[in-house]
Amino acid sequence: MTSEGVAYERRSAAPVIAPVRPRKLAKVPFVELAEGRLQGVVSSGSDVERVYVSSITSGDHGLSCNTNNNRPCGGLGGGTYACNHLRALADAAVAQYGLDRVSRYLKATLPDDSDNLWAGLHTTTAPNRAAEVFSGFLRHLAYLEVPPTSDPLPELHWFPAAGAVR
Amino acid sequence: MMLADALRARPSGFDETFALIDGLDDALIHGLARIDEERAAALESIAAAFTGSPLAGRVADSIGKIVAGTVTDEHLAVLAGARSALTGALHDALLTPLDEALGRVREPWAAPAAPPPAGQLLAGGRSWLRELAIAGWRGVDHELAGGGAQAVQALLADPAGRRAAVLLDGFGAELRSAAPVATLDRVPVRRWADLWSRAVLLTQDTFPAPETTPADGRLLLLGVDLHEHPTVFRAQAHGLLETPGGQVRLVRAGVAAAKVDTISGPSAWRMLAAFPVFRAALAEKRAVEVTGMPLTSTGDLLWDETRAVPGEPVDPFAVARVRLGGVTAASTAPLDRHPAVIAEPVLLEGWTAGPESFELGGVTLAVDTDRLPEAGPLTPALVAAATACIGLLRWDAGRWAVQPLAVQSVVRKKPVVAHTGDWALGPTDAKAAKAEAAAGTAVDVLRERAGRLLRK
Repeated sequence: MTSEGVAYERRSAAPVIAPVRPRKLAKVPFVELAEGRLQGVVSSGSDVERVYVSSITSGDHGLSCNTNNNRPCGGLGGGTYACNHLRALADAAVAQYGLDRVSRYLKATLPDDSDNLWAGLHTTTAPNRAAEVFSGFLRHLAYLEVPPTSDPLPELHWFPAAGAVR
Repeated sequence: MMLADALRARPSGFDETFALIDGLDDALIHGLARIDEERAAALESIAAAFTGSPLAGRVADSIGKIVAGTVTDEHLAVLAGARSALTGALHDALLTPLDEALGRVREPWAAPAAPPPAGQLLAGGRSWLRELAIAGWRGVDHELAGGGAQAVQALLADPAGRRAAVLLDGFGAELRSAAPVATLDRVPVRRWADLWSRAVLLTQDTFPAPETTPADGRLLLLGVDLHEHPTVFRAQAHGLLETPGGQVRLVRAGVAAAKVDTISGPSAWRMLAAFPVFRAALAEKRAVEVTGMPLTSTGDLLWDETRAVPGEPVDPFAVARVRLGGVTAASTAPLDRHPAVIAEPVLLEGWTAGPESFELGGVTLAVDTDRLPEAGPLTPALVAAATACIGLLRWDAGRWAVQPLAVQSVVRKKPVVAHTGDWALGPTDAKAAKAEAAAGTAVDVLRERAGRLLRK
């Protein structure tokens, strides 16, 4: 047997992305670790047409929360104390990616044995990124409208369907 | 030749060819902008290997220019083409003894490829791939990783761009998840070089499309292979087409849907709602009568529900036992040839079970447990208890492995049969069905959100 490292580097089907864990999407339909932020979209509890666009930056732990119409979130109010939307976003990210991956991405150092992400965040304020994140969410939703295909797509041999964690 | 002999065989020149490929792949780790002497020598040895071939002049010229610091799209296309010629030779060297051992008749590649569709959309993809090659994997930061997004959006909007879009999107998602790659523990060197060079070829305006002819006959399914990345789910069936002329051809038929990462596992089948005949044929193990369905020169039926009529149930194990020997198979398209695209259906019986492997006539054949998808009922335990297996022979990481598509097993002294496609119409197992119902609401939630927010 070759060492694990060598085998990984010389494998066409080497796994790169850990499968995401199933979670309920009703409250937080979209979450991603991208562009140096944990970012996503939180559905409003009161208005089905409205969503909140929330993000936490990696490293600085800068918070941002605005509506999709670019109004600031009243709960966050430009401060450093997380609103309910940001808390829901963080919970969804932990459910989807696991606490380890989220805290590593945000560069959060959790106290020993803590399973609370917020205990490792020293929050600051961050510029409003709602427009970018929201358009990312719309691109995400647009995938559901791309028609199916019977094209042979030979490159999919490099992408086996996610195995079960049994 | 016995199957075990084919699995044991190491074709001559095999390791040397992989060494050339590894040399090229290693140059992409730190990028073509920073080629040290060792990397330059590795690239020049590729040029030397092509001496006397029709590609010799172009390969030597392009590699010379790249080493000298001129990295153009044209030079990169030649570099990717050279790599593809090497992987193609490996593909053929692996497949020929396997065909011989399985009694499989491989049709020579004769079909002239159809003229390529117009490709104005491809330039964006090419320029991102060039930036990646120059920066190298270690130079991929958040911004560069996301640099292909616009090209993907444009290609997705055009059915002719789908193949390139699906590849670029899956590759981009991996780079985004790994960025900044400079801090990554280990880099999937061969994998990313495979995806990159395939993408470079696919984004050439002259990349040929395979030709199709209408096919008639009875399609008998052997099993289904499932593929997925964050934005695609694909079910690719392998089967035998009995033509009215009495020929039995090994064919594939696949259907793919766009999706998002939160739709995965058994609920991904919901995204294939447009293909009820296809899904029912898999779930209920039915033969399918096809009439005038386009069949490519690569052996791929371009599935069309209006040209498919479900027939009577047929046991895939009976099909494999009676009809799989001596079947006629199509050739892989020349530019697609690579060890990783080998997926040859076989029926295996009479092995001795090893740890995640089958001992078969003195050869240890690994079971590829990474390719037992959550969207089907096959588990490592079921495979370990199996006495017969329909699977795909694959080659990766220096060895052959079998990817089970169906097993006949004995669990608590009772016979059990499981196929990857058993859950094509929804899980048949109560626990899995409950989980699927919960996860499946993800699709409904996102469709509702899309309905409210997309067209504002």
